[in-house]
Amino acid sequence: MLLNLVAKESKMIKTDILIIGAGPTGLFTVFEAGLLKLKCHLIDALPQAGGQCSEIYPKKPIYDIPGFPEILAGDLTRNLLEQGKQFEPGFTLGERAETIQKQNDGTFIVTTNKGTKHHAPVVAIAGGLGSFEPRKPQLNDLQKYEDNGVAYFIKNPEIYKNKKVAIAGGGDSALDWAIFLTNIASQVTLIHRRHEFRGALDSVEKVQELKTQGKINLITPAEVVGLKGKQSLEGIIIEKNNETSLLQVDNFLPLFGLSPKLGPIANWGLDIEKNAIKVDNTLDYQTNIPGVFAIGDVNTYPGKLKLILCGFHEATLMCQAAYKIINPGKKYVLKYTTVSGVDGFDGTRKQAPKAVVKAIE
Amino acid sequence: MSDVKIKITDRNGKTHSINAPTDMGMNLMEVIRSFELAPEGTIGVCGGMVMCASCQCYIISNHKLEPMDDEEEAMLSEAFNVKEKSRLSCQIPITADLEGLELKIAPEV
Repeated sequence: MLLNLVAKESKMIKTDILIIGAGPTGLFTVFEAGLLKLKCHLIDALPQAGGQCSEIYPKKPIYDIPGFPEILAGDLTRNLLEQGKQFEPGFTLGERAETIQKQNDGTFIVTTNKGTKHHAPVVAIAGGLGSFEPRKPQLNDLQKYEDNGVAYFIKNPEIYKNKKVAIAGGGDSALDWAIFLTNIASQVTLIHRRHEFRGALDSVEKVQELKTQGKINLITPAEVVGLKGKQSLEGIIIEKNNETSLLQVDNFLPLFGLSPKLGPIANWGLDIEKNAIKVDNTLDYQTNIPGVFAIGDVNTYPGKLKLILCGFHEATLMCQAAYKIINPGKKYVLKYTTVSGVDGFDGTRKQAPKAVVKAIE
Repeated sequence: MSDVKIKITDRNGKTHSINAPTDMGMNLMEVIRSFELAPEGTIGVCGGMVMCASCQCYIISNHKLEPMDDEEEAMLSEAFNVKEKSRLSCQIPITADLEGLELKIAPEV
């Protein structure tokens, strides 16, 4: 019994600011919090950081990030991770924040759908439009095969080693994973309703090349209409030109995109209006629950704009409020990074070079 | 400064007659959002990048619209509940030609 308790205790992740959502707003919070010597941990339902920027439009340009006349969404994510890395953020990825429990001391325990527990005095919800749920094809017995051969995300590509894998879909993720898995799986089949694919040109060209080399088995225009297998998936039924055929596969990945749902956060007792969390925009973006903040696209207030640049501002002000909660009564004065430099939690220090003071003869 | 009259049936089956401005560079998806005919977060999720199909609608009237481009056709080929008269409303700009247009918003997926 005691051992059990110890084990449970050690599983608890402790941090200063628990951020729900690892999109641009959540990632920038890491930097602003770090300047105040506050540590962050991020939870995201997606298997990688970046939120919509990584999942929906990594190869699309954004033109309204201050200081960047043009930046690809994927590059913005990489830059934000780089900017915050000396503050050593923790990540719980591929898990959805499910419940929140306020403790007697005012701190919070947030538990994910996989049971991972997080303990923090401040919770910042930077959840964008919500957690991304896969759009599932309408197939009989689909649920039975989920995690038994059918998956909607690829979290650990190694499990496809020497497997026969079929991917359905016509967008970037279907193309990119088909390309990637040719190096791991023993057979890769890509099935799409049309001959045309919708993706970045380099991905489409690469698939063309791999098809010509016989490394990708391309079936178009076709659709997966059924699944076969006793316990786990053994094959899929493909319909092409009104004829059906069985293809033996170990894994089937329907990649039809994701649709965001506010999800369990909607049941946390927060004031919600129009699928967004109401916050106090006159001060610090706190919700109706003291200690819980909402920043970025997930919040709403009079005049709200769902822009990345607004999320950055909201994150910055929220961190000041978090500092006051975590360090009650402690004095604080704003410092410019140019003056004070950036002291990482990993021991690194960035600082502006000293000016040269030297006479000119 | 002219408006066009459009009839939009929402996901609950209620039909709304609205005046959509032709001079604001808006598209149908944005008009639906600005009149709040579908809850925020359930329509135009990708913001009009032709990457989500959450703004799918069915054109009811016999208007001749600009044909679909490749991107729209490709996205619709991956969407659910697609019918012959399906369009992505984010790809339909509001122009004078739309006077009297009737459409229905496709179900949320």
